[in-house]
Parts: sequence; structure tokens; C-alpha cells
Amino acid sequence: METLFQAAPFSGYVYPNETVIPWSVLIVVYPYLTGLVAGSFTVSSLFHVFGMEQFRPVSRFAMLLALCLMVCVPMPLLLHLGHPERAFNAMITPHLTSAFAIFGYAASFYTLLLLVENWFVFRPQIVQIANEGTGPLRWICRVLSLGSNDLSEHAMHYDHKWIYALAVIGIPAALGLHGYVGFVFGSLKSREWWSSDLMPPVFLLSAVISGTSLVILLYVITSLARKVPIEESCIKGLVYTLWGFLMFALLLEGVEFASLLYRSREGIETIMTYVTGRLVVPFFVLQLGLGSLVPLLTLSFLIVRGVKGRALIGAACASALLVLFAVLMMRWNVVIGGQEISKTGKGLVTYEPEWFGREGLLAAGSVLCMPMILMFLATRIVTPWAEESRAALLRGRAAS
Amino acid sequence: MTNDTTKPEVPARRIFLRNIGRGAACAGAVAGAGLIAGAHGADTPATPASDGQSFPAPGYDWNAHRWAFAVDATKCIGCLRCVEACKKENHVALDAHHFRTWVERYAYLEGEEKPHVDSMPDPVNIQAAGSEEKYRFANRYKDAKVEKAFFVPKLCNHCTHPACVQVCPTGATYKTRDGFVLIDHKYCIGCQYCVQACPYGARFFNHAKGVTDKCTWCYHRVTRGLMPACVEVCPVQARMFGDLNDPKSVVSLFIRNNRVQVLKPETGNAPNVYYIGLDKEVV
Repeated sequence: METLFQAAPFSGYVYPNETVIPWSVLIVVYPYLTGLVAGSFTVSSLFHVFGMEQFRPVSRFAMLLALCLMVCVPMPLLLHLGHPERAFNAMITPHLTSAFAIFGYAASFYTLLLLVENWFVFRPQIVQIANEGTGPLRWICRVLSLGSNDLSEHAMHYDHKWIYALAVIGIPAALGLHGYVGFVFGSLKSREWWSSDLMPPVFLLSAVISGTSLVILLYVITSLARKVPIEESCIKGLVYTLWGFLMFALLLEGVEFASLLYRSREGIETIMTYVTGRLVVPFFVLQLGLGSLVPLLTLSFLIVRGVKGRALIGAACASALLVLFAVLMMRWNVVIGGQEISKTGKGLVTYEPEWFGREGLLAAGSVLCMPMILMFLATRIVTPWAEESRAALLRGRAAS
Repeated sequence: MTNDTTKPEVPARRIFLRNIGRGAACAGAVAGAGLIAGAHGADTPATPASDGQSFPAPGYDWNAHRWAFAVDATKCIGCLRCVEACKKENHVALDAHHFRTWVERYAYLEGEEKPHVDSMPDPVNIQAAGSEEKYRFANRYKDAKVEKAFFVPKLCNHCTHPACVQVCPTGATYKTRDGFVLIDHKYCIGCQYCVQACPYGARFFNHAKGVTDKCTWCYHRVTRGLMPACVEVCPVQARMFGDLNDPKSVVSLFIRNNRVQVLKPETGNAPNVYYIGLDKEVV
């Protein structure tokens, strides 16, 4: 018979039911994805709302990325649920005292907002392909255009008003959605590791840095793959954004961690055993050291020395990769760490992730890859790069 | 007594929604939700335990009771009959990782400040029992100098302000008027947020059903005039159950005649399992 559960090893005294860890690696992936959504949307808004020109090359790309990520956000949750077919119960009869009851509505609203925003942003391209393209792509774009083929100046002006308005609404929506994920953890009084008022802002800032990092990385990779020059001013702007938010993220996380230790409430001995034992590598070495301090110092060096050219791009990419890893580790240390410290305050449980199975590492990895696959497919239809458009390509092809 | 008074509030809403699905509802039915719910007396939510046919039992008035549980930890001998009875009565998975009720052993050894605490999942106890399907406390301190040792039975506290109910996103777990915290297994989505929220570790995931599970104080028995299974089998009356509305009930007397304690009062959950004979190290 298939094993229905995996008992976790433990030390000290833990409640018997705690020997099966409730939230697996999938619940690590879930806030990671929502964070990437919030972060990439923020980058996109820096151009669309705040009009910062240096972010133009990545603004549409970041917008499309936010949508592809957001579509995948429910996946880890649905994989985790005991009855995914009942997931809509939370929306049909939301239990309003639950910190999680509004998630379905908030996520749906935000997904819809991203869909509409992306539609407006890419409408000119879609219409042009619908008019001038060939083959199945033309038919896809005809459907996607929703019959709205007007590209006159008046229509474009109207579109821009919508893009601006949606981006303005999108900022609190994106940040709110992710801050709210932090609240899901921070509001639980049963676990000392989670129970903190600082959890929402900590989640929020780490979201912004992870999203910015992903945009840096994908912008450079796609530019190299397409053999087009990388806008240095854009990279510089992203580096500044990452640097600033990274400092705040580190500061808040440091304050949260320090308060937890300083408050030293019941069970602190066990927490200290955990912090100075199992947590050393994932938290101090990987998350704080390698993933946060190394990129912070690198980015500081880049900014102070005014590094340019390939060195800037290479160092920015390396820092972005490390920050992405650090935020993943942060999610892990929060979600898994909270469950590894027993509610008894007298023992520790060890989470041993399985490789295969519905809640295994393979499933979690697949969920993380899905947005990239969606992004690849989306760029087959529309072109999010600033310097060219699908229509221009089509015209070029027609001319040749 | 009418059916209306015996219907839990949350399921009534659900029944209302079900009726909408059947096409039986219209705009005017919104106001009459209670009537519709009342008209379907037999169409009740999930049975919480093993074999309940109707829920609650016919003729049971849930407005007339306010049940509570009492534990005299000084009497418990750690025989674990309660654990076995509960597993059998409620079809709880026969392993050392899923319990609706369990017993903890605290042992202070000579020269040590902190007690040794163990319970069913402890490998030494599993070995002593012979398998994970049987439960026994190993005689592990026979060669040690024990200064003080005692057992503490644990179960769901059916709190007045249950954190598990607060966090449930669907309302599948709810508080009844007679003082129970129950789970509608046909409505639970299995997110386990409630498992995280319970400070007592009383909830677990029922892997076979894909829903969360916990002690119901044997609601299916109580509503038929019986005692919870663990109370029934306890050979030393360490576990007691009764109606707080009845001043002569065993629990009312227990609370009146003793200086009782509850577990983790600082959580604000206002638990309804009253203890005597706890110790500062009991968690």
C-alpha cells in the first residue's frame, strides 16, 4: 500500500501530531511565486506609473512576467490541498474571520487586473499581427484582440489612460496581495517563529528584491539570446532598486529576528538550539551570508565605483541570482523553520522533503518552472522587448 | 423542539447554497434561508465520527447543554486505554503519529532541573508496545532515580475562542452551541491552516480522507446520552465529562471544588478542558 504520510524525525518533546509536517515545500514555493509577481510588477510600474525612463526596456517584459507568474500562484496551493476540487468552497462561502478567506478574491482580482493591463499594453501588437500576420498566430491574435482593432491616436491615448490607471491600482494590489501572504503567517499566535507584526513588511520587501532580481536576470539572458545590446542605464536603474530594497529587507529581517531572540519568551531555549544548530547553514550561511550580504556588498561596490560595461552586467546578474536564491531560502526558513520548532517549545522536528510525489521537490520545481514555460509561449505571440515589436519584425520579413 | 434550533449556523448557510444549486432558490429565498434549511432536517452535514446516522441525534437539544471536559492528572496511571478506545471508536489511523487524544509522561530525575517528557511517538515506547498499532509507556526509568513523575492526558480543548475556527477559510470547522468544535469532512478543503493554528497540536491531517481531523469529544456518543469513549474506559476516573448547565454534573462539581487550570491560557483561546494536577513544565 502506498504510504500516505511521512513521519518526521524529532528530538526533545513534540506533540504526537506534530510528527507529520503539515505544510510542505509547496507552501515554500507559493509565497515565493507571489513575491516574484509583486516584485516584477513593481519594476514595471517604475516606468508605467513613475515614468522612470531607464526602466522602459524591461517594463512590458516585467508586466508579462508578472502575469505568467501570477497564473501559476494557485498551483502549489491546489497541489497541496487534500481536496483541491473543493478549493472554490473558500470563495463560495468565505469564512471572513480567516486570514486566508480573501485570498481567492484578492488573487482573482489581481490576475484579472494583470490580464487587462497586459491586454492594453500588447493590444497594438496583437492587432497588427491579426491584420498582417499569417497562419495560426493570426487567428490567435484575432481572438485575443477581442474585436478591438482601432489603433488610431485617439484609441492609443485611451489605452494609455487605462494602462496608467491599472498600473496605479496594481501597485497596492500587488503589494497588498503579498503583504497579505505575510499576514497569513505572521498572524498565527500558535508558532513563535511566525507570530510577528513585521512578517508582512518582511515578505513585501523580499518580494520586491526577488522580482527585481528575476527581471535583471531574464532581461540579460533574453538580450544575450536575441543578440541585442543590453541597455546599461536600465541595468543601473535595476541595480539601484535592488540595492535600496535589499538594505531595507535585511534591516527589517534583522529587526524581526533580533526581537524574537530579545523577547525570549517561553521556549526560547529550543529556538536557540535550532538557531545555533540546524539553522546555521540555511539561514546564516546561505540566506544571510551568501544570498544577502555578498550581493549587498557587490551592489554597493558597483554603485560606489560606478562600474560600467560587462563587469556591471556580470556582477548585477550574479547578485540577482544570489538574491533569488536568498529569498527562496528565506521562504524556506520561514515556512519550514516555523514547523520544525515544536509548539511545545521543548522539541524540534526535522522536515525531510520527498523527491517524488504530489508534494515532493520535483513537483515544487515543476511549479517554479511553469511561469518560465508560460513566458516562453507568451513571447511566441507578443514581443515584450522595448526596441522591437512583432509587427516590425513582420514588416521586415515582408520587405525581405 | 423544531429542527431549526438543532441546525448549526454554518451548515445552514451551506444547505442554502446547495438549494440554490438545485434551482430551488430564487431572490426571495435569500430572506427565507433559515426556513429552507429547516425544511431539510435530514439533509445534515458530515458525521464527525465513525458511525453516526444523523447529526446531531434525534431528540437532542443543543441549546440545552454546555459541555466541558475535566482531567484529574493526579489520577492518571498512563494505561493508555483512552488512546486505544479513541482510536477504535473514531477509526483513527493506527500509527504513532495521528491522535485525537494522547497521554504525556513527565519524569523529573534526581539532579535534573527539567523533566523528561515522552508520549506515543517516542521510539522507545513504540518498541515497548511492539508495534505502532499498540500503545504503551516503556518502563524506561526503572533504573533511574525518579523524583517526581506524572501523566497528563491531552485532547482537543474545544475552546471558546478557537483559533482553528478563526483561520478556517471555508467555515468547514465550526463551534456548536453546545460547546463542541467540529469539522465538516464533506466541506473541508484540507489546507491544514487549522492544524497550524491550534496551539495544542490537537489537529492532524486525515490522509485517507484528505481532510483535517481531531477529537470531537465523541459528539456522536454524547448526543445519544453516552460518555466520550475515553471517559468511558478510564479505569481511574481521571477523565470526566459533563454539562456546565447542570450544576450537579461531574464537571461542574470538579470546577467548583478544585482550583482548576487550563492549558496555554495566554493564547486567548479559552480552552474548555479543565485540569488539576498540572505542573509548570506541562505544555
